[in-house]
Amino acid sequence: MIELSNVKKSFGSNHVLQGVDLTIDRGTSMVIIGGSGTGKSVLLKSVLGLVVHDSGTITLDGQDVTKADRDTFLARFGMLFQGGALFDSLPVWQNVAFRLLRGSLKRPKDEAREIAIEKLRRVGLKPDVADRLPAELSGGMQKRVGLARAIAAEPEIIFFDEPTTGLDPIMSSVINDLIREIVDEMGATAMTITHDMSSVRAIADNVAMLHGGVIKWTGAVGDMDHSGDPYVDQFISGRADGPIEAVR
Amino acid sequence: MSALLAPLGVLGRNTLGLMAAIGRVTLFALQTLSHIVRPPFYSREFGVALMQIGWLSLPVVGLTAVFTGGALALQIYAGGARFNAEAVVPQIVAIGMVRELGPVLVGLMIAARVTSSIAAEIATMKVTEQIDALVTLSTHPMKYLVAPRVLAALLVVPLLVGIGDIIGVFGGYAVATGTLGFNAAAYIKNTVNFLELFDILSSLAKGCVFGGIASTMGCYYGMQSGRGAQGVGRATKGSVEAAAVLILAANFVLTGVFFSL
Repeated sequence: MIELSNVKKSFGSNHVLQGVDLTIDRGTSMVIIGGSGTGKSVLLKSVLGLVVHDSGTITLDGQDVTKADRDTFLARFGMLFQGGALFDSLPVWQNVAFRLLRGSLKRPKDEAREIAIEKLRRVGLKPDVADRLPAELSGGMQKRVGLARAIAAEPEIIFFDEPTTGLDPIMSSVINDLIREIVDEMGATAMTITHDMSSVRAIADNVAMLHGGVIKWTGAVGDMDHSGDPYVDQFISGRADGPIEAVR
Repeated sequence: MSALLAPLGVLGRNTLGLMAAIGRVTLFALQTLSHIVRPPFYSREFGVALMQIGWLSLPVVGLTAVFTGGALALQIYAGGARFNAEAVVPQIVAIGMVRELGPVLVGLMIAARVTSSIAAEIATMKVTEQIDALVTLSTHPMKYLVAPRVLAALLVVPLLVGIGDIIGVFGGYAVATGTLGFNAAAYIKNTVNFLELFDILSSLAKGCVFGGIASTMGCYYGMQSGRGAQGVGRATKGSVEAAAVLILAANFVLTGVFFSL
């Protein structure tokens, strides 16, 4: 279980997180929604320690993440980045098997390649992609490779940062379905940040609305349409008028 | 009164800023050294860095050295002719290239070619979240990106300086024997007899320091890069400026130290 309690983070005078409280139960898929620039990525990176929060506590299974052994802690996570964040200089299969080629999870090269190809197949990519460089792939294929890399070491917890940004609606749907299938299949805990409502409905068990640096509403995805929260209502309907200012 | 104090305020802020920057770079360099000597070691990345910094820099180092050596021979011949000292061309070319021009020019070429490349590559990785991705994949960016590059530069730039010295001396030899009428055997004999082991060692030591400066500045500016294309551009420009100035400053200090020995 991931638990955030009164988490605050500021960049100079910009108070991005102003006391976030959120609980993500083991084996569930939490999607955090909110407009651009509301601090969703900062929240996600705070959990991973990529951004150091100013105050509050973040715990994983009751242990403070800032006090955990970094290698052991990070070995439990996989992450799909918004732009894929694939390593340009490495072929696709070495990107996917990155964790399996070094460190505590190191495997023999042939075995790592086999696992990489199997994971590529799992996300709908053919083995001939394995030896290509990331720059030779389309945006959708890069997302799939990023997804394959996130699941390669079979992590307990997977984070998805804007998984459908920059993709056409059909490819978005394919990626959403893949994420949902993989999370169910692996029994992983998932945390996704997005402002794409089709992703929310496809991926989420639970939804949290981040606005003004705090969680405005949280509940099951089935309750989202009848939340009664004016922020959630405006966000999911995409209206310009409402408590969320259209120009930030 | 406040108008009079304003320049002092600017001076104070700039001095504090400079000291803070020196502190950050020093801490970064110390962290790099600690990562170089502690496992894990990424041999593939080290090998790639050796190729990029060493092997692929050979053409630019060779061309710079040969033309500089040739020009130096012409200048010394023309200058020496004013007081009938044309015969000192082999000795002055040798000492000029080995003690001074070889290490400095190789250092500056490395700053232009390697520092910029390292800074741009790491800055782009930062902007595209590849460095964050490294962290999530349980890989320390300092160990994976910085330590192999700095170690490779520390080892291979002295080698490049040695090669640059030889090619520079050859440039002087080619011009002196080809156009200035020097005897080939006598030129080589004068060069070899004049150079001391200390000249060569000081040249290689300078190469090691300059390699460390060039690679550390590239890595530091890349890791500190701001967002977007502008951030990458600024990191690249800043790294080359800092490396070039620091190499010239270090050369002055080292030359003073070597003369005092």
